Amino acid sequence: MSPQSESGSAFDSAYNFAFLDEQTKRMIRRAILKAVAIPGYQVPFASREMPMPYGWGTGGIQVTASIIGPDDVLKVIDQGSDDTTNAISIRKFFVRTTGVETTESTADASLIQTRHRIPEKDLRADQILVFQVPIPEPLRFLEPRETETRRMHALEDYGLMHVKLYEDIAHHGHIATTYAYPVKVAGRYVMDPSPTPKFDNPKMDRMAALQLFGAGREKRIYAVPPHTEVKSLDFDDYPFELPEWQDVCAFCGAEDTFLDEVILDDRGKRMFVCSDTDHCSERRAAGHAGPALFDGEAAD
Amino acid sequence: MYVAVKGGEQAIENAHALLAEDRRGDQAVPELGIDQIKQQMTLAVDRVMTEGSLYDRDLAALAIKQARGDLVEAIFLLRAYRTTLPRLAETRPVDTGAMRIRRRISATYKDLPGGQVLGPTFDYTHRLLDFALAAEGAVPDAPEAPQGDDGTMPRVSDLLANENLIETEPAGDDGAPPPDLTRDPMDFPAERALRLQALARGDEGYLLALGYSTQRGYGRTHPFAGEIRMGAVEVEVFVEEIGEAVVIGEITLTECEMINQFAGSKTEPPQFTRGYGLTFGFCERKAMAMALVDRALRCRELGEEATAPAQDEEFVLAHADNVEASGFVQHLKLPHYVDFQSELELVRKMRREIAEGRWAEGEAADVAAE
Repeated sequence: MSPQSESGSAFDSAYNFAFLDEQTKRMIRRAILKAVAIPGYQVPFASREMPMPYGWGTGGIQVTASIIGPDDVLKVIDQGSDDTTNAISIRKFFVRTTGVETTESTADASLIQTRHRIPEKDLRADQILVFQVPIPEPLRFLEPRETETRRMHALEDYGLMHVKLYEDIAHHGHIATTYAYPVKVAGRYVMDPSPTPKFDNPKMDRMAALQLFGAGREKRIYAVPPHTEVKSLDFDDYPFELPEWQDVCAFCGAEDTFLDEVILDDRGKRMFVCSDTDHCSERRAAGHAGPALFDGEAAD
Repeated sequence: MYVAVKGGEQAIENAHALLAEDRRGDQAVPELGIDQIKQQMTLAVDRVMTEGSLYDRDLAALAIKQARGDLVEAIFLLRAYRTTLPRLAETRPVDTGAMRIRRRISATYKDLPGGQVLGPTFDYTHRLLDFALAAEGAVPDAPEAPQGDDGTMPRVSDLLANENLIETEPAGDDGAPPPDLTRDPMDFPAERALRLQALARGDEGYLLALGYSTQRGYGRTHPFAGEIRMGAVEVEVFVEEIGEAVVIGEITLTECEMINQFAGSKTEPPQFTRGYGLTFGFCERKAMAMALVDRALRCRELGEEATAPAQDEEFVLAHADNVEASGFVQHLKLPHYVDFQSELELVRKMRREIAEGRWAEGEAADVAAE
């Protein structure tokens, strides 16, 4: 864990609080309100150019910038980790433009911006989870035209998606989608959970925290309000199934978390470690230990 | 023993320091000044202003310096800065007919009122490297043109319109404000004003390739460069307090009007149609390409069958912005461990199943047949 040295004094008052001007924030908040009112529906919004490139999380950053207040405690993760370069860069941006306190602890954060993961720890009603989304349209790779996909959503015409999942089963024996696995929200809109692994899909279902999704380049915001049903698409005879690991976290021994594979040498030696670094270090602090901590013996 | 990657923060800071050092280059060579870029890299400045959607030569020059001459990166810097600026007022439509002309040519008329004015063009230079330029030296003054008759330069398209040979543009300013791409997201199908905004911000290379494709038979439009004009126009703002329009400054624009053949339809007689291009500064290649693509995208309203990429509105407009495109292409270098891990598990699972014979061909076919 790195020390929390970034918060406080570094606030740059040359910019408006959280970079965006107040009119822009209001426009984005209106889009967020509409998104919350229609769970899973993609609300167009006038996305701005941000000082980070598109693809680096500009949608999530604009959503966060519009809702963050001086009393918020911010956590930013990428691939589950607080210490990946882009997470650091986004956290620094908000420290510089808002001066808010930051944390790596999931429990201490009021606002969590994430790319590709949902924290392992259950989120609470007083927390908001902001996702960075590259392609918000779950039907995009089945139908490239916006005019068509919009019509399909309006008519609740999701046959194409079911055909795709069916074809997966016919060809592979199971649904061959491992991340960005489509979900149906509140029984109405099919939604892209952003490219989180499907391992995280069940966490979205009836989550106590508000989930907001921002896609900057594609100019869409959508939301899952607290305690809303989020169902991964499947068939009665081929139900949604979670990926299984034969391994446990080499550091903390967890058996129920998403594991990243770490290659140890060029002779096939590797180990698995928790993708959620905060969760892992918390478990280790509580006395849990994995195989790597027993005399450097990494798993397979 | 290897420990999962940590310490990104120090790495970022060191990379930024190295970037700054590389940007500066050899300290023994004098540093490039913003004024030098502004004065001697004018076409780079023009392109950055055009695609950056911000007319400010100083900021564009600064962006080029900071971006080490990478114009797409400079455009991005300018766009990000633009985000922070408040919108104070809206200007009245500029009148390019009243342009103070530096260049004006027509490929459709040998001579025309106001004449052909070549201006500062590369067109008839021989593209031979001028080794004398490698040394510094004074440039002799260019000769001044005598002032023409009355200085008026009517638009070529207006000359054709007088004979009803070209489609009439719908009268502007009908009270409805034009759509604004910087305040509302793109909406398909897009009306022409919105398409033109997107093309004006669009990447020059992308529009060049698309325009070129229409000339090679992919959505052919039979274009003529009716007129290209470049020069200064006044920018006016209507001030409520004093009840009149006030000139707040002058900007340089390049405008291209393509004139295209049109055989006519059931409702329209044979006549020429228009394609339009407009840029900040002197971006003639971009203005011409834009006009070709604009005309190609009008296929729907002109009742032409859309068969080529340049006629496909969603394809053309959704991929024209180089800040968006550059970001999304390059985001592939961000970590994707989590998604890749999921795929890795899947591939292993599928290989395991094949190895165990659980998914023999016949079985898969059975499911498909159900």
